[in-house]
Amino acid sequence: MKQFLSFVRKEFYHVFRDKKTLLLLFGMPIAQILLFGFALTNEIKNSNIVICDYAKDVASQELTAKIEASNYFEIEKSLPNHRQIEKAFQSGKIKLAIIFPTNFGNDLWHGGKAQVQIIADASDPNTATTLTSYATQIIRDYEMSIRKTNAHNLQISAITRMIYNPELKGTTNFVPGVMALVLMLICVLMTSASIVREKENGTMEILLVSPFSPLLAVTAKAVPYFILSLVNLTVILLLSVFLLDMPIKGSILLLFFESSILILTALSLGLLISNSTNSQQAAMLISLMGLLLPVMIFTGFMFPLENMPRPLQLFSNLVPSKWYYIIVKNVMIKGLGLRSVWKETLILMGMATFLLILSIKKFKTRLS
Amino acid sequence: MSDVHVENLVKTYDGGQVKAVNGISFAVEKGELFGLIGPDGAGKTSIFRMLTTLLLPDSGKATVTGLDIVHDYKEIRSHVGYMPGKFSLYQDLTVEENLSFFATIFNTTIEENYHLIKDIYIQIKPFKNRRAGKLSGGMKQKLALCCALIHKPSVLFLDEPTTGVDAVSRKEFWEMLKALKAQGITILVSTPYMDEATLCERIALIQSGSILSIDTPQNIIKQFPDKLYSVRSDNMIRLINDLRTMPEVTSVYSFGDHHHITLRDNNLDGLLQELTEKGHAAVDGKPIEPTVEDCFIALMKNANN
Repeated sequence: MKQFLSFVRKEFYHVFRDKKTLLLLFGMPIAQILLFGFALTNEIKNSNIVICDYAKDVASQELTAKIEASNYFEIEKSLPNHRQIEKAFQSGKIKLAIIFPTNFGNDLWHGGKAQVQIIADASDPNTATTLTSYATQIIRDYEMSIRKTNAHNLQISAITRMIYNPELKGTTNFVPGVMALVLMLICVLMTSASIVREKENGTMEILLVSPFSPLLAVTAKAVPYFILSLVNLTVILLLSVFLLDMPIKGSILLLFFESSILILTALSLGLLISNSTNSQQAAMLISLMGLLLPVMIFTGFMFPLENMPRPLQLFSNLVPSKWYYIIVKNVMIKGLGLRSVWKETLILMGMATFLLILSIKKFKTRLS
Repeated sequence: MSDVHVENLVKTYDGGQVKAVNGISFAVEKGELFGLIGPDGAGKTSIFRMLTTLLLPDSGKATVTGLDIVHDYKEIRSHVGYMPGKFSLYQDLTVEENLSFFATIFNTTIEENYHLIKDIYIQIKPFKNRRAGKLSGGMKQKLALCCALIHKPSVLFLDEPTTGVDAVSRKEFWEMLKALKAQGITILVSTPYMDEATLCERIALIQSGSILSIDTPQNIIKQFPDKLYSVRSDNMIRLINDLRTMPEVTSVYSFGDHHHITLRDNNLDGLLQELTEKGHAAVDGKPIEPTVEDCFIALMKNANN
């Protein structure tokens, strides 16, 4: 234990005496949080939706058929009761719900005016606005087509409701995304240099000729970065709450717990890279080139994963930040508890364990 | 039983293309100060890395304090002290932090073995709060030696400890080694400097991965086969060219401001006269005692033939 603590202290010295690293460690998240003010919009196809049809008349079914026929929507299922809508949203599978009131057809044909409600999951505001405009467009088309065959001046008004993020703040989308990106990159980058640096400086040579164990060295190297990453996370959260007016709806404790798992996963990945390379440059290059793009693309906060070809969607499952992004959105924006994200949590935990064991196994007890 | 026992050790790199160590055998007794002497690329570092369990040999066997370097590597690692050729301490840690880190890693404290390093550490103690990277070459060596000694190793491996260190510090360093030897620590030291060879009790002369000779420096000098002479004149470059063409000169090489030669019939006066006839001025020559370097060159020549 004394050995371990001494090792950890040594690692802290390395971090705090290397001003450039420190700047990177704390400068990058702050810069990113402030820079990523805008997220990108994109066309979204085949979004899963639910229909809650109380009317069940000709008009509602014609409209449902039109929605189904469009490229934009897949009807996941029809719900008999609007109370189940909330649950469907929380499962994360659906993006939109459409509700027809009891007298939809009657109101339309006889009253000349009917209402339909559209509810969207606005925790991802870009997707939500895009999807609601698609839906209103389809309703508008239907309205025009029945006007042609009927002399009456028929009208359907779509009432849109954005849930979870009624003001459609863009920040709600990018904060979890930047959290995932920054934690992932910083942790991998920092640790990937740490072991290989000892190889380069020759200190590994004397370190190996001593009774310390690989397990000790690898874990001791992770500790300072783990603690610093938690500090980093706090900074990001403080910035987003006070500077970007971004509320944390769920439990902060749960958020830190989940973040710890992502940090551990990333640290283990960094250590694995460090153990497998022979120069700091190679380690940095691998962690930057090999991670920046996949994390940006496959986390899901820049480009909707739903829209990607199937093989890429499958690939995205390997990116830890994808799961973390889902978790953070659910906890931070929707205010959900561990029960709604246990699956993603388990996947992340599995990744962390696998990578940590692999990096300890990969630790070379000799020079070549 | 000897403290370090090496038998037919072979190490190759690049899939057998480069032979770094070519079937070397030697033994170092307990408490002995043993030197591996040879030029750069002779294979000294490879031998040290195999003995400190950092590299696996291709074939051959070796034991350190009776432990096998392949199977008992974990045991060996806590019993030996190792100082690599390149300065390998944490440059961003201070002198004291480095020392206490290595003490803790070996499950000991500075206080516990302070008596071992006291004489050395006292010299760098005034700089204990200075970062290791900012120390001078000589002080770095002293610190590295302290770190290698702090756990009271039974065998100490020093790979070229005096390379890049000034003459005064080199002399001090060898005195420190003598003091450590007096404490009963077995010391293996490698150096490319032939003049340091006489400071060891026994030496192995190494060239291209093979041992040319193992003995005490005195015996190696005694075994020098010929009489050795040093000659000089006013034009040293023309002198060495002329000497090379003369049939009675069996070997000639430049040695500082003299040329060292061996003669077939040991007729120095005849040679000097011949040189004067060839137009050399201020010709001077005298018989001399060979040094380890002379022996090394002679042995190397034999090995090449």
